[in-house]
Amino acid sequence: MIGTFLRIGLINLRRDRVAQALTFLLPIMFFSIFASVFGNQRNATSRISVPVADEDQSEYSRKLVKALAAEGGLRVVTTKDRNAGTLSAAGGVRLEGSKDAGPEGPPLTRSDIETAVKNGAYSVGIVLPKGFSEGRNIFQNDPARPKIQVLADVSDPIAPQMVMGLLQKVSFTAAPDMLAVDGMGMLEKYGGPLTPQQKQSMDSWQKLLADQTAAGKTAKDAEGFVGVPIELVNVMQPGGDSKPTVSFYAAGIGVMFLLFSVTGASGTLLEEVDSGTLGRLVGSRAGMTGVLAGKWLFTALTGMAQLTVMFIWGAVAFGLPLMSHLPGFAVMTVFTAAAASGFGLLLATLSKTRAQLSGLSTIIILAMSAVGGSMFPRFLMSEGMQKMGLATFNAWALDGYIKVFWREAPIIDLWPQLLVLTGLCVAFLTGARMAARKWETL
Amino acid sequence: MIRNAEGPLPSTLAVGTKGEPNMSTPANAALPLEVAGARKKFGDIEALAGASFDVRPGELLGLLGPNGAGKTTVIKAIAGRVHLDEGTIRVFGRTLTSRDSRPDVGLVPQELAVYPLLTARENLEVFGALYGVSKSELPRRVSWALEWSDLKDRSGEPVKRFSGGMKRRLNIACSLLHDPKLVLLDEPTVGVDPQSRERIYEMLSALRQAGVSIVLTTHHLEEAEQRCDRIVIIDHGRIVAAGTLAELLRNALGDSRSVDVRLQAPWPAASAQPAGWRVSDDGRQVTVEVASLGRDLGSVLGAMNAAGVEVADVTLRGSTLHDAFIALTGRELRE
Repeated sequence: MIGTFLRIGLINLRRDRVAQALTFLLPIMFFSIFASVFGNQRNATSRISVPVADEDQSEYSRKLVKALAAEGGLRVVTTKDRNAGTLSAAGGVRLEGSKDAGPEGPPLTRSDIETAVKNGAYSVGIVLPKGFSEGRNIFQNDPARPKIQVLADVSDPIAPQMVMGLLQKVSFTAAPDMLAVDGMGMLEKYGGPLTPQQKQSMDSWQKLLADQTAAGKTAKDAEGFVGVPIELVNVMQPGGDSKPTVSFYAAGIGVMFLLFSVTGASGTLLEEVDSGTLGRLVGSRAGMTGVLAGKWLFTALTGMAQLTVMFIWGAVAFGLPLMSHLPGFAVMTVFTAAAASGFGLLLATLSKTRAQLSGLSTIIILAMSAVGGSMFPRFLMSEGMQKMGLATFNAWALDGYIKVFWREAPIIDLWPQLLVLTGLCVAFLTGARMAARKWETL
Repeated sequence: MIRNAEGPLPSTLAVGTKGEPNMSTPANAALPLEVAGARKKFGDIEALAGASFDVRPGELLGLLGPNGAGKTTVIKAIAGRVHLDEGTIRVFGRTLTSRDSRPDVGLVPQELAVYPLLTARENLEVFGALYGVSKSELPRRVSWALEWSDLKDRSGEPVKRFSGGMKRRLNIACSLLHDPKLVLLDEPTVGVDPQSRERIYEMLSALRQAGVSIVLTTHHLEEAEQRCDRIVIIDHGRIVAAGTLAELLRNALGDSRSVDVRLQAPWPAASAQPAGWRVSDDGRQVTVEVASLGRDLGSVLGAMNAAGVEVADVTLRGSTLHDAFIALTGRELRE
């Protein structure tokens, strides 16, 4: 008897291609997508681009910048690009052969770095403030001394921590000779003056360390010391407010489920095909264009309501700063829901049955959400994956919400996202109208 | 437009469900429907192969044919849902292409094309609005439709709770809100119980009283026999016969009678029956059309005797549409 059930199941599975795709193809697809997203992540974070403003311009600060540039995990930028007015990649000395580096411009300032981090060009930057190396002595805790500042967008939880760690490291290894002098100074101060013989030995050790540093070698002896004073500054929320993180997830999850819900709502079109209701609707004054326009508008309005409810819940339950970003949120929500509604209609008109729509939408929406940043922030992905993400609906919608809630961008700055979403919406609706011809006059 | 002092179709109920159709349309007026030389191919399949027929004012025309004969295709072509490769469709004298609007035509699809979560009233309201009934007219039309379809008491219930027959009635009513003068019904009684079927024909009869012309496709030969003024038999996309029941029988079978001969044992497989004899599936009954009882009955029974079959019973009956259908199409009408 059990064998009979197995036989029935096997026959059904063999003849249902959607079920086969969901059972076998979907897991493989998602494994591949996530392997690409997370697998390449290490490569991406192992070489973080970091702009550095050396406002101190001391011997120690220059050594520090040079040592940072020598770190395999960092790609240091110290100057503006003369042509584009943007930051160029350079590492203490200008990076030879760097593709994206134009002619070298003026050195970076703190405000350059703050702007670059705020607008999302970099997730972390370093400011070596003037005077931070004066009286530099790692054995002395002087709260009045300016601290090295790491300006960070804390939405990236990895890069700032990595930069801070490397900064600590190079602060020791960049100038071991200078550290040795500091140490001897402290010894003489509290332990009495060195004998001429001791002083001679120390001088020769210091020279050896200086030579090694010049030759690019690090001083392992310096490791383990108390770190240089470094301050992490969250430039997105100076007060250290982490609530916008909630807005990222509200947008990410919201857009993904918006796509699911609009696809489900558009699926009523297929039910109407089956029930013959679509024939009756198409035969009315509305025609197919009217039917699609009506469905698009209703689904778009439902989508707007869905996103609004989600963000209101975020505001009430998790302190999401909705009210202070209301205009940007409204603009993004209208354009996102309108385009998503077009996407749902396109999928529905391309499908023959509700089951086919369900399978197709699951595959496409989950893939777009993974690559487009709904599940995992795009800025933590490799550059290749980030570029691939731009082919998805999610990426443009999320970039817009991030601009509103994280980068505090004015509405005018949303134009690239709004333009793309509008273009996608038009393309989706045009495709849907063409695909729906199969249900019109035969 | 068929109107009386109270306006368009709501007058239907005032006319009542009994009585003869209102044939007040002038004799020289254009026919409600003329289909001429309709041809349509779907790939290699020829769904319509030059079908021609017409519908007269206030008549109920039955379009009869086996599955795949072209009934639904021709109905959809009249409604503008199928674009003909060749041929013309004229509705009240106006030649229509598939792109032309058809305010005079109401199509009742075979499927239950209503929204199950909406109430009967809501369904009528939305389809009335979509079919151009004005806001001021809509409440009156909806009230008429609810009364006409005998759904007034259940007008506030979601349609999903309705019986099959009630859904069918609503399905028909939704197509009539814009007051069409020609109504096309594709299998309007499929899957409904006899009581509901009776109710649907009462509704159609009421429409005819107001002069509405009706074309319906059906598989039910008895319905076509009893309810339709004229019958058009379609097969392989061609009209093989058209006329009243009496005309069809006379043209297809002449004045012949049917002789049903019940056998004691099934017809022997080894023995071929004469041409024109029909043996039932169980082999125990033979049906023969005879032109003259006195002349032919003896020879039929003699032939059976010669074939070695023993006759249990003989029944004589007049020819039916079923006989005519088989004579014309050479096959049974399948469901």
